[in-house]
Amino acid sequence: MDYFLQQLINGLTLGSIYGLIAIGYTMVYGIIGMINFAHGDVFMLSTFIALIVFLLIASIFGALPIALALLLVLIAAMALTALWSYVIERVAYRPLRGSFRLAPLISAIGMSIFLMNFVQVVQGPRNKSIPPLISGVVEIPIGSGSITIAWKQLIIFVVTALLLGAFWYIVQKTPLGRSMRAVEQDRKMASLLGIDVDRTISLTFVLGAALAAVAGVMYMTHYGVVNFADGFVPGVKAFTAAVLGGIGSLPGAVLGGILIGLIETIWSAYFSIDYKDVAAFSILAITLIFMPSGLLGRPDVEKV
Amino acid sequence: MSGADAAGEAGRRDSAPEPGVRLSAALLKALKVAAVVVGLCTPIVLLETSQGIDNQLRLDWRVPLVAVLAGLAFLGSLVVTFGAPHVARFKAARARRPSIEVQPAAVTLAKIVAIALLVAYPFIAVMLAGFGGATKWIDNFGIQILIYVMLGWGLNVVVGLAGLLDLGYVAFYAVGAYSSALLAKTFGFSFWLVLPLAGILAALWGILLGFPVLRLRGDYLAIVTLAFGEIIRLVLINWVDVTNGNAGISGIPRPTFFGLPFNASDGGFAATFGLEFAPQHRVIFLYYLILALALLTAWATSRLRRLPVGRAWEALREDEIACRSLGIDTVKTKLTAFAIGAMFGGFAGAFFAARQGFISPESFVFMESAVILAIVVLGGMGSQIGVAIAAIVMIGGTELLRELDWTREVLGPAFDPTQYRMLLFGLAMVLMMLWKPRGLVSSRTPSIQLGEGNKAISGKLVKEGHG
Repeated sequence: MDYFLQQLINGLTLGSIYGLIAIGYTMVYGIIGMINFAHGDVFMLSTFIALIVFLLIASIFGALPIALALLLVLIAAMALTALWSYVIERVAYRPLRGSFRLAPLISAIGMSIFLMNFVQVVQGPRNKSIPPLISGVVEIPIGSGSITIAWKQLIIFVVTALLLGAFWYIVQKTPLGRSMRAVEQDRKMASLLGIDVDRTISLTFVLGAALAAVAGVMYMTHYGVVNFADGFVPGVKAFTAAVLGGIGSLPGAVLGGILIGLIETIWSAYFSIDYKDVAAFSILAITLIFMPSGLLGRPDVEKV
Repeated sequence: MSGADAAGEAGRRDSAPEPGVRLSAALLKALKVAAVVVGLCTPIVLLETSQGIDNQLRLDWRVPLVAVLAGLAFLGSLVVTFGAPHVARFKAARARRPSIEVQPAAVTLAKIVAIALLVAYPFIAVMLAGFGGATKWIDNFGIQILIYVMLGWGLNVVVGLAGLLDLGYVAFYAVGAYSSALLAKTFGFSFWLVLPLAGILAALWGILLGFPVLRLRGDYLAIVTLAFGEIIRLVLINWVDVTNGNAGISGIPRPTFFGLPFNASDGGFAATFGLEFAPQHRVIFLYYLILALALLTAWATSRLRRLPVGRAWEALREDEIACRSLGIDTVKTKLTAFAIGAMFGGFAGAFFAARQGFISPESFVFMESAVILAIVVLGGMGSQIGVAIAAIVMIGGTELLRELDWTREVLGPAFDPTQYRMLLFGLAMVLMMLWKPRGLVSSRTPSIQLGEGNKAISGKLVKEGHG
């Protein structure tokens, strides 16, 4: 029982990270109907930015309280990753809007290849690791045994929950969120009603990238190792999460992320760690084949 | 003034409101671009992380590099600002061309010349680079590019003709390579026997994977095919008993010249034909083999386009609902497209296994699928010539980077041009899409036409399918 609960906690941690990345996919797909293939690599870029900013802060200020240092890293990573995503949208996707349908997808795949190799060229192909930043665990006795929750896992849960709340507020209650939803429903009508469509789409990319950067900082602190090739697999799994939850739906993305995280951890714990990615990909295929609108998505009605 | 001319005029007025671009505005814009580049480079380029002696990461500042990048961005922005009106004028002139035009006879002639050049290529390479030096040009350029041309033509059936977006094509390439390697090693089958078997097995897998995704369209189809491709690769890695996992399969028998092996023995190819033994014979033979396979793919596809099934593929791409209303069996149509495309992938895989003598899951990563799809889309979906040109430009271009040793003399010995190979490949994909979203050759040859002469349809009139 306690082993199962332990796996549940680990799965939730992983799932929070997937969920944060999945929001970027689901929002972009919802608003312009395009799979932003480079999003996983934007996440990878943010892990590198977080690592470098952390090392920089450590070398300038020396022994800063770890919470303050992490907050600074979080802000810097969110801002810089958002800038990257803004530029990527502006340069590689916006000129292709309204063009031939496959063109943005190919452009995004090209961008993904570019980002991966760019980081490899400027930072080298080797793994970069840092010593664990936050140690210490909380032991919760349950029945005969106990489960351990690391402080960093607790921080991941809290930050994810807070950000999701903030994000939900932005989308539901602010003028920006209203225009995002309007553009999602009918782009032409929204622009006729005076919504700046280009700006709204840019801000969607920026927000998605900022959340990916949060996931990147979490990933960096949790695993303590970053690599240029680590964007693809989390990216595909986060996309799986977005599809599983129902593409275009924010709560769906988080729910999907947590489910994928849980399935992956529990599969590795009870079956075989070798086939954990196969499990995740199979779920993607099965969901799309039997339930294309996902758990919380709207069914897509085709008009002739 | 005709309607088309009026549209051209309007386009010109929109793109260049005044005769010249104001210098101050252009400079301001360039400064902004440079500032954004500095922002992007902080901190990912500005600070280099490296492992110190004590195994700790340390940071090194790279201010000059960022300054150079910002300067390049500044100049680039100026060039784009001043070049934009000219490009717009050029594009407006192009847009005025009619949608359907008669292909000049020169196009047919060019095809014959191109095939003749391909046949003569090994001899030209030997003449220019000598017998020893030609290996590199035939192997790295000729064979490598032709493999991608063949894969591109195979995927073209699925994506270009039937309009089904497949991001997991490399799976069929892998099935072909592994089945041929396993059949050859386990049962001792010869290459000429495993080649068709690999094609048949890959086609079966095409039907098997195609069946569950029949209902899906567009991006969803792309993602599920991507998932299938990854699943097959992960199974190849983890099913160690059969596939030997990450270590791969080595010692795959090499193809023979219809029974004559390429070695120095008395019964070998060289001895039989009274030639002096040279390892280049095998390379040249492999070149002709892949050339024949690629041309077979092209020929079969162009014949299939004229059969009812090929017409159904293209009809499916244009409008699936109309297809169904007209009584076309969309299930059969989609599955044949998947199967035929996969079969060509399987042939290419069998060739790849025999050429390398060694295969491992590393050769069948998602990036390969992306590269093949990029070649198809960059070439202009459905256009065989376009796909071939795209493969030559993209694969040949990145292979050429290996030859740029002189850059080391200019930029110092630490500069390694090969590490920029994939970086430039990704950048080229983005730039080519921005430049020509419909691919290099966007016009199509209709499969049926009225009157004499070969006509070409502009890409504007061709749909890209819904998946």
